[in-house]
Amino acid sequence: MKKSVLLGTLAVAGVASGAAFADGHGDTTLGQIQERGSLNCGVTTGLTGFAAPNAEGEWEGFDVGVCRAVAAAVLGDPTAVEFVPTTGQTRFTALASGEVDMLARNTTWTFSRDVDLAFEFTGVNYYDGQGFMVPRELGVSSALELDGATVCIQTGTTTELNLADFFSSNNMSYEPVPIETNAEAQQQYLAGACDVYTTDASGLAATRATFEDPSAHVVLPEIVSKEPLGPLVRHGDHEWGDIVRWTLNALITAEELGVTSANVGEIGGTTENPEIRRLLGTEGELGAMLGLEADWAANAIAAVGNYGELFEGNIGESTPIGLARGLNAQWTDGGLLYSPPFR
Amino acid sequence: MATMTDPPVEGFRLSQLIYDTRYRSMTIQVVAFVLIMLGLVWLANNVVTNLQALGKDFDFGFLGNRAGYDINQRLVEYSNDSTHGRAAIVGILNTLLVAVLGCITATVLGVFAGVLRLSKNWIVSRLMSVYVEGFRNIPLLLWILVIFAVMTEGTPQPRDFRGEDAEASMILGDSVAITNRGIYIPNLVFNRSLGGNEVDADTGAVIASQSAGDIILLLAVIIAGFLASGFIGRRATAIQEKTGVRPPGTFWMRLGAVVVPALIVLVALGATLEYPELRGFNFADGIHLRNSLIALWFALSLYTGAFIAEIVRAGIMAVSKGQTEAAFALGMRPSWTMNLVILPQALRVIIPPLISQFLNLTKNSSLAIAVGYMDVRSTLGGITINQTGRELEGMLLLGLFYLITSLIISGAMNIYNNSVKLQER
Amino acid sequence: MSEIHAETAYVRTEMLPEQAPPITAAGPVKWMRENLFSSPLNAILTVLSIIVIYYVLQGILPWMVNGIWNADSLSECREIRDARGGSSEHGHGVACWAVLGDRWHQLTFGFYPSDLYWRPILALALFLAALAPVLFDTVPRKMFILTAAAPFICAWLLWGGTIWGPLMIAVGFVIGWAIFKFGAPAIGALSATIAAILIPILYWLFIAGPIAGALSGAIPIGIEAVPSDDFGGFLLAFVIGASGIILSMPLGIVLALGRQSDLFIINKFSVIFIEVIRGVPLIVWLFTASLLLNYFLPPGTNFDLMLRVIIMVTLFSSAYIAEVIRGGLAALPRGQYEGADSLGLNYWQSMQLIILPQALKISIPGIVSSFIGLFKDTVLVVFVGLSDPIGFSNLIRATTDWNGIYWELFIFIGLCFFICCYGMSRYSQYLERKLRTDHR
Repeated sequence: MKKSVLLGTLAVAGVASGAAFADGHGDTTLGQIQERGSLNCGVTTGLTGFAAPNAEGEWEGFDVGVCRAVAAAVLGDPTAVEFVPTTGQTRFTALASGEVDMLARNTTWTFSRDVDLAFEFTGVNYYDGQGFMVPRELGVSSALELDGATVCIQTGTTTELNLADFFSSNNMSYEPVPIETNAEAQQQYLAGACDVYTTDASGLAATRATFEDPSAHVVLPEIVSKEPLGPLVRHGDHEWGDIVRWTLNALITAEELGVTSANVGEIGGTTENPEIRRLLGTEGELGAMLGLEADWAANAIAAVGNYGELFEGNIGESTPIGLARGLNAQWTDGGLLYSPPFR
Repeated sequence: MATMTDPPVEGFRLSQLIYDTRYRSMTIQVVAFVLIMLGLVWLANNVVTNLQALGKDFDFGFLGNRAGYDINQRLVEYSNDSTHGRAAIVGILNTLLVAVLGCITATVLGVFAGVLRLSKNWIVSRLMSVYVEGFRNIPLLLWILVIFAVMTEGTPQPRDFRGEDAEASMILGDSVAITNRGIYIPNLVFNRSLGGNEVDADTGAVIASQSAGDIILLLAVIIAGFLASGFIGRRATAIQEKTGVRPPGTFWMRLGAVVVPALIVLVALGATLEYPELRGFNFADGIHLRNSLIALWFALSLYTGAFIAEIVRAGIMAVSKGQTEAAFALGMRPSWTMNLVILPQALRVIIPPLISQFLNLTKNSSLAIAVGYMDVRSTLGGITINQTGRELEGMLLLGLFYLITSLIISGAMNIYNNSVKLQER
Repeated sequence: MSEIHAETAYVRTEMLPEQAPPITAAGPVKWMRENLFSSPLNAILTVLSIIVIYYVLQGILPWMVNGIWNADSLSECREIRDARGGSSEHGHGVACWAVLGDRWHQLTFGFYPSDLYWRPILALALFLAALAPVLFDTVPRKMFILTAAAPFICAWLLWGGTIWGPLMIAVGFVIGWAIFKFGAPAIGALSATIAAILIPILYWLFIAGPIAGALSGAIPIGIEAVPSDDFGGFLLAFVIGASGIILSMPLGIVLALGRQSDLFIINKFSVIFIEVIRGVPLIVWLFTASLLLNYFLPPGTNFDLMLRVIIMVTLFSSAYIAEVIRGGLAALPRGQYEGADSLGLNYWQSMQLIILPQALKISIPGIVSSFIGLFKDTVLVVFVGLSDPIGFSNLIRATTDWNGIYWELFIFIGLCFFICCYGMSRYSQYLERKLRTDHR
């Protein structure tokens, strides 16, 4: 027995010094990532279409694509990403403590998060809004008819604040049923334990798409909040913030300019369009200004495609989720996606 | 031999601190104290540095800010305009509610299962074994989730109650509705409430209502009734011991002491029952026992009950058979044997682990997060921390609450332990 | 008459042929009378139980037995079910076990690279082999060498990377042991003990790292490194549970001794530590690990969540282990303490040679129960974002293929937990019985 006491002590020190070995890194986030050779990217603990592992254990989804694009831009390798699942409650601490380099985790850009919690949102990769889904047989056609309804919400999000605001501003009462995960919320809703399921409209569409009979449920027309979802980084490291911001912008611009993952290889050499040439690094010094290789954007686009490809591949109308572009169309198509110019 | 010399008086040497057993323990304690204090200072210093680096301060002022979120089950007045502090209190009350309910039912379940597991009936004892082993060996979290889901899948929706040929109907003379959103039971309301009644503008009829004063008055009268009943009982026993005859009608007097004053209060306040009624999406009026509460309560009771069953079984088996035989030899009836011989001895074994199970149940109630029951961890430790970003302060308060609760329970346990301890040499 | 009289005897001279016992006193009928219907109350209970069992099985069995095993997604499951004609309006009428075939490896190993599955399996085998001498008396004592080496080998197998890291850590213990062994005669027991604690700590903090770095640069021996993020499913639950219990042993023993100690300050600190840890639920400690631990460490320190959780779980279980060992210490007859004192042994000698070996031995069942509790409680790490089995069930449901699947995953997870925990609890009951006879 004495020996097993000893081996316990052995193991304590084993872990302790294991931690000591893990230390030692550069000063900036970019330096740390390059030294580590991989990007630590915070994602959700599973949200259909946005982030989930497939049967081979590879993460897939719209938010995951942003992580891979950044990894491709920084390290030239879209697979050099360690995905760290974070819950609604742990995500900000994970980012603030440096456990992850960036969050790409359907996080709403709000004033207090940007200013008070000291994070830097680097753009919007999905314009969302909170919506309501009800069973068709309830005969409800507007959220204003929901007085007295039981509403399923996911906790730890801005959703519950929006909900409180919406109902009290319309002078209606409701019964909130807070649920921890989407799976449980879905189960509760289908069993009729709540009349309404509310979350981001994209999440509603994704959930509805996997129902046995999607047509038996309607998403109400009211969108009660603005939910600009985007990747975020820590305050203070502007160099790193710029990289994430402009990687996202590169994906958006690529779609605008018609650069796709299929043609990104040759278009940089053949095109006459100077903005494409600047974007893909065949002209100008944009990459070097960010502290990256000249072909950083080309790598990102080659890895995940442009914004449109990323959207269509993961959550677009050809997928089971079937989201329309809507607000997330290019500004030239009447949407809100408007990337600042690459010059 | 006659001359005695004093032992040589030596000055205090520094090495005595280590080698002299009189001082060594003091040295060790001082060193340990200094080391532990240094460690604490180091931690505190790190916290201060880290807070500065993050640009945060240590401030409980957020408790006074508007919470902005709603809580479905509230035992005290609360709305989304209330403060975070108020939300924390609502959560604390919810935690205590489910903990107390859980402790009661877990004990009942555990005693039943423990006794039945010793039953000679093969099928019953096997069934109880399956229950006990199943709940003891599968994580509580899974049980909570499963019971929650079973309850929503297995009960009708409110809208099934609607229409002429409804799929579901209320039970007990249309007074109780069991739905998958919870159980609606009649509520006690008063026509002459202490909190004052509103009057219907159209008909002029008084609207029955309920205020905290009514409930407190009722509870106070009932508790006083029980005390009086206990007093009557003790007096009767004393008379019986003196004279050998128990005063006739003691039982009825005891019953009356509880029931009569309560009835008088109910009549005086004009009590009526308010039945739940299907209105709009949900049942309205009545008391709504939410599914989250019931699921958590059931799961905690069943889980802890399985552990209590084992404790009860072990306790009963720990009383040696000779005790029963000896009691029978003295001519005691079986019921006396149980009450006067077996139970007092078994309880000595049962109570301490039982109370530590109560402690576990209270702590396990923090798993409310899984079913969205708004306990203190979900309000203060969940949404509040999430909205304000005050994780250090929030977790500190949360830890303190659980710690104080646990200390109170284990303090009670220690007092009990000391009172029943066998006296040793 | 006389003839008859002569032939009739009062005593039968030959045996009657044996008759079968009455049907009510033998075989299944007797068994049922005795065990199921011995009294009216029992009969009622029996009937009630049978009704309960019937309803439960009637609800669950068809759903389970008719389950579909070959499908790639939930919608395919539904198609197969509809093709069979077994459609029902209520969710899915039969189980879709196919999700387990598709994802069992994630529920068991998480993201651990599939070509390296042999490593956790080997580590588990090694762990069990190392436990054998502790748990069973019949195993040769030589096996303790394996027990001492196993934590390092297991950690190396699981996380991979260079072999020099674990090796250099092990060297620290050898240094400490050597100082204690050879230094004690020269500089006295107390100073040697202090030196044997301090010097290895200094060695780990300042020397071990650079040496290991240099050695792995010079002689790179190692296996592919697997980051903590890749741990998931039952592998994660088991690693957290096992390392929590093993690492908490030394601290637990110290705390138990501290709580028994006469030294006021040490006693009070131990009591405070134990009560604070035990008074607060594990889930709050886990949130502390994930949200707050970074506040308490020097700025810039950062290590991954799994390690933080292991540290917190270790502290947590050390309080429980301390109470178990305190129970063991209290259960020893007082004569053992008095005997040790009368031999003139000092405190550490009596603890080391007389008290602890016995106290730890009778604490093993309690330690095993603590382990079962901790192993079950590891599912709580899902709330801080680690991918334990329940976390993985959420991840699996988040894929478009399996969104909407519910019971099948929980049943699988529950079954696995049941098998592990039930096995362990049976072992601890066996041990309790064995120990009891030892001491009678």
